[in-house]
Amino acid sequence: MTEALRHARYVLSENPVTAFAFGLFTFFVLCAILGPALVPYSPTASDTAQALRPPSAAHLFGTDQLGRDIFSRVVVATRLDLGIAVTSVALAFGIGTLSGLCAGYFGGLTDRIIGRIVDTIMAFPLFVLAMGIVAALGNTLANIIYATAIINLPIYARLARTEANVRREAGFVEAARLCGNSEARIVLGQILPNIMPLMMVQVSLTLGYAILNAAGLSFIGLGVRPPTAEWGIMVAEGASNIISGEWWIALFPGLVLMAAVFCFNLMGDGLRDMVDPRKRT
Amino acid sequence: MIVLRRLASALPSIAGVIVVTFLLTRALPGDPAIYFAGPAATEQAIEEIRHKLGFDRSLPVQFVGYLKDLVHGNLGNSLSTGQPVSQELLTRLPASAELTFLALFLSVGIAVPLGIVAATRPGSWVDHTCRIVTTAGVSLPVFFTGLLLIYVFYYLVGWAPAPLGRLDIYNSAPPFRTGFYLIDSFIAGDFETFRAALAQLALPAFSMAIFSLAPLARVTRASMLAALGSDFVRTAKASGLSHSRVVYIYGFRNAVLPVITTLGMVFSFLLGANVLVEKVFAWPGIGSYAIEALIASDYAPVQGFVLIMALLYVLLNLAIDLIYGLVDPRVRFTA
Amino acid sequence: MRRREFLKTAAAGAVAAAYIRPVNAQARKDTLLTLSENGPNNIDIMGVGTNRPGYEVSWNTYDRLISYGVKKDENGNDHYDQSKMQGELAEDWNLTDSSVTFHLRKDAKFHDGTPVTANDVKWSFDRAVTVGGVPTFQMKAGSLEKAEQFVVVDDHTFRVDFIRADRLTMPDLAVPVPAVINSGLAKKHATDQDPWAMEWLKNNEAGGGAFKVDKWTPGQEVTYLRYDDWKSGPLPKLQRVIWRVVPSAGNRRALMERGDADISIDLPPKDVAEMAAGGKVAVVGSPIENALQYFDMNVKMAPFDKVKVRQAIAYAIPYQKIMDAAMFGRGKPMFGGPAKVTTTEWPQPSPYTTDLAKAKALLVEAGVGEGFETVLSFDLGAAVINEPLCELTQESLAQIGIKVTLNKVPGANWRAEFAKKTLPFSANVFGGWLDFPEYFFFWNYHGQNSIFNVASYQNPAMDKLIENAKFESDSAKYKQECIDFENLAFNDVPRIPLFQPLLDVAMQKNISGYRYWFTRQLDYRQLEKT
Repeated sequence: MTEALRHARYVLSENPVTAFAFGLFTFFVLCAILGPALVPYSPTASDTAQALRPPSAAHLFGTDQLGRDIFSRVVVATRLDLGIAVTSVALAFGIGTLSGLCAGYFGGLTDRIIGRIVDTIMAFPLFVLAMGIVAALGNTLANIIYATAIINLPIYARLARTEANVRREAGFVEAARLCGNSEARIVLGQILPNIMPLMMVQVSLTLGYAILNAAGLSFIGLGVRPPTAEWGIMVAEGASNIISGEWWIALFPGLVLMAAVFCFNLMGDGLRDMVDPRKRT
Repeated sequence: MIVLRRLASALPSIAGVIVVTFLLTRALPGDPAIYFAGPAATEQAIEEIRHKLGFDRSLPVQFVGYLKDLVHGNLGNSLSTGQPVSQELLTRLPASAELTFLALFLSVGIAVPLGIVAATRPGSWVDHTCRIVTTAGVSLPVFFTGLLLIYVFYYLVGWAPAPLGRLDIYNSAPPFRTGFYLIDSFIAGDFETFRAALAQLALPAFSMAIFSLAPLARVTRASMLAALGSDFVRTAKASGLSHSRVVYIYGFRNAVLPVITTLGMVFSFLLGANVLVEKVFAWPGIGSYAIEALIASDYAPVQGFVLIMALLYVLLNLAIDLIYGLVDPRVRFTA
Repeated sequence: MRRREFLKTAAAGAVAAAYIRPVNAQARKDTLLTLSENGPNNIDIMGVGTNRPGYEVSWNTYDRLISYGVKKDENGNDHYDQSKMQGELAEDWNLTDSSVTFHLRKDAKFHDGTPVTANDVKWSFDRAVTVGGVPTFQMKAGSLEKAEQFVVVDDHTFRVDFIRADRLTMPDLAVPVPAVINSGLAKKHATDQDPWAMEWLKNNEAGGGAFKVDKWTPGQEVTYLRYDDWKSGPLPKLQRVIWRVVPSAGNRRALMERGDADISIDLPPKDVAEMAAGGKVAVVGSPIENALQYFDMNVKMAPFDKVKVRQAIAYAIPYQKIMDAAMFGRGKPMFGGPAKVTTTEWPQPSPYTTDLAKAKALLVEAGVGEGFETVLSFDLGAAVINEPLCELTQESLAQIGIKVTLNKVPGANWRAEFAKKTLPFSANVFGGWLDFPEYFFFWNYHGQNSIFNVASYQNPAMDKLIENAKFESDSAKYKQECIDFENLAFNDVPRIPLFQPLLDVAMQKNISGYRYWFTRQLDYRQLEKT
């Protein structure tokens, strides 16, 4: 454990950008947990007398069309957006990795079936598939999460399959088999921990995609329902105000959105460095 | 031979796509029969229309009917525009393809040199800047980038023309050859239209290019690093060859394969992701067509769009494989 | 490095070069560029599911028998004059109690050169009452129901026989639906399965109006050219009209403010208010007659079946906040009026105001003092107005204990949704072409339960008043009946009026001749660029 931590610290000091990304991530998590309790205004409290005010001391990020404080909304949205991202990625990771492992380890028919399903999903223009699922099933939070999970499944399945395939005949797997471990135990207990680091890298990248996906859905009107505060829907609402000069309505949620996705992407790079420096890009 | 085998292995996915799309679009809310029957319709009138349009038959029967139509190349009619879907897709596909190709071209033009530079100076501030800039580009929602670009370059400084679609109102489309306005106007020698089309393409292409910089720059950097660290490059340097020869002829040429694969991936991703850009720039492509149809619960265009995209994806992968085989002799024999 | 530099400068150069185009050809006085969010989906007014932009195409490219004159409205802008009927295709007419006979122009021709005759008029009118859907429904509103009513007397004389006395018959002949189609041309494209040439007329124009459709690319643009042989009115000043579809409202505004487009009718209220204040473009806002934005409560679903609950909610709506923050003042308030209606005017302000204490008290009286939960649905297609409006209402109702969840319904499904009559609480807008109170009430409050009566309100007393008013010949009794049904509507309040919407049009300062029409679309025939 300390060996891993020391290695981590080494990588972080080598690469200041990665260190920054990790710091940012911690900040976001704190926002998500503590944010709603600490914001100055309620995210849904309207005050039409204060509508469309530029950033000031009273309203750090200004107010929107209904007079709601944008700073409060952005902070409170952190919890929702991170929640959507984490849940959908967890689902994609769980189902995708498991099916990929089975496909790669067992081969044969399992491989063919799972491979076909994954190929079918990947043959869709992914964003349109997400749109279609939400449009057909209704735009509830659950459906948005399911749709995002489905379109991110294939990446994990493919990765897990390749890695499981490579390790199938490895020495430690043979040894485990000889010890009498069941197949399930081998897959979950031997191979999975072995590929975890690589999967983790992918997880942080997918977190970013999940947030962008939710934002895109909101832009078309298939995202979360108003008056919920969510970064994507705030950018969409503020988009029409850019031309009329109320730049703050879209800019701040947009910047925070970008920072979050940025942070996840850089973290992915950093994790990759920690896990396998040879694969560094 | 390889081509046929590859195509055959792709058939199950296409079949899967057809079935899933059919089910999804039938699950869309909204009742086309009520839409058509109009505001004064009685229950009876609605039922008549439902029967006329074939919606009262069971799902399996409707599916068989759909398959029969597909075999004849009939993708159905759009409920909202009333036009045959196949015709609309054919006229709109070149618009999306032209935009995507130009975006890809721009993206490669910026990302590959950046990747090469970053690879020749790993760990330096240039390397870090490259990573930050490309990652920033991919972190912004693409519709946001588009809107910002319009605000700055059209509204504020007036460099870009009005976001009215493929051409402004004073130019008409060049005679149809490929459907790509740049190519068609060039062939016809009509440089005024060429300029106008290019001007309209600039902003949307840039928005999409910004979004696809990261994967290309990353993979260029990675494979360049691998190539530059290899034995044959060390030999070339030791033999006293010039820096540019080493980097470009020995390094890059050998590093280009993964870039091509990523290019294919990025292209298919862009084709699907340009729905949002098309909405922002009023671009008459298949992306905006699909979105409008989806929101309107207009099932035929959505089915047609997804099918075309799936086919394109299969063909694209096939093309990549073939190019790969051409470029790298080692791959050819392992197909 | 050199290569990268070169590539970058080349790209920048190409973009810059592409921009240097000839000095603003916008200065062409005979071409008008208009923008909107949606284009037509069908250019046949009698088509299935034709949308409002489709009506605009029909209005400008087909003639009707009669039309209206012009007057000035309260702001001094041109407005069609409902009291002044004038001939379009018909030069004059004889109106009797049992029929009306029209004398058609002898020199009128269709766009393909064929002379217009009474046979064309009959074919078109027969088509209108036979094809079903909206067109037939609209004809019925003026008691135009059977093909037998339409009689060709001779080539240039056409008679409509009445089946009952209906004050709406003549106005109904001036609405877009009874357009005169070139029947010879249409019949060439008719088939046995499609005797009315619905398929062909959907995409092809066969009219004789002031403009011809030059090119229609669905979803993108419509180009019109003036028909120089038009005889049914003064020749329009514009020679070419280009209508471009630009889905993004922000882009439409940017185009208008930069002077790259001439006129636009569907900009969001905020943009309109700011442009009006900004002074770069001219803005004309005309109250849309016989139109209201409102909330409907389904009186067949508890707790909305209790009148006190409905009245409570009517007192809890944040009316002024809505006018300010959602509409930016672009609407005529329809709240805070006198306790009792005394004029026949419609729409007119309801007696309700924002009074949360009163609302709470009414809820207690109705027995639901602890509040309840419900779902408020609205049309996503009009989200620009509906979203802030519903969000503000949601917040206000929360203060009297009513928890509201918002339900956005995509535009194309909206009609189907409210047709089901299962929405407990919804926001909607309705406007009628014929500006008569009983017309509005017939479609919205009558027990025949039309699709627009989302509240499913059925009250025999109301029905009787409406029916009497419809066919009332005594003007004093008519006035009283209107007053009575309006009062009843406010007391029973199945529907809470909010405001009368404005038709806001933004245009460059060099555009003149804009006239407000009840179709809420543009009429290019009066427009001029100076």
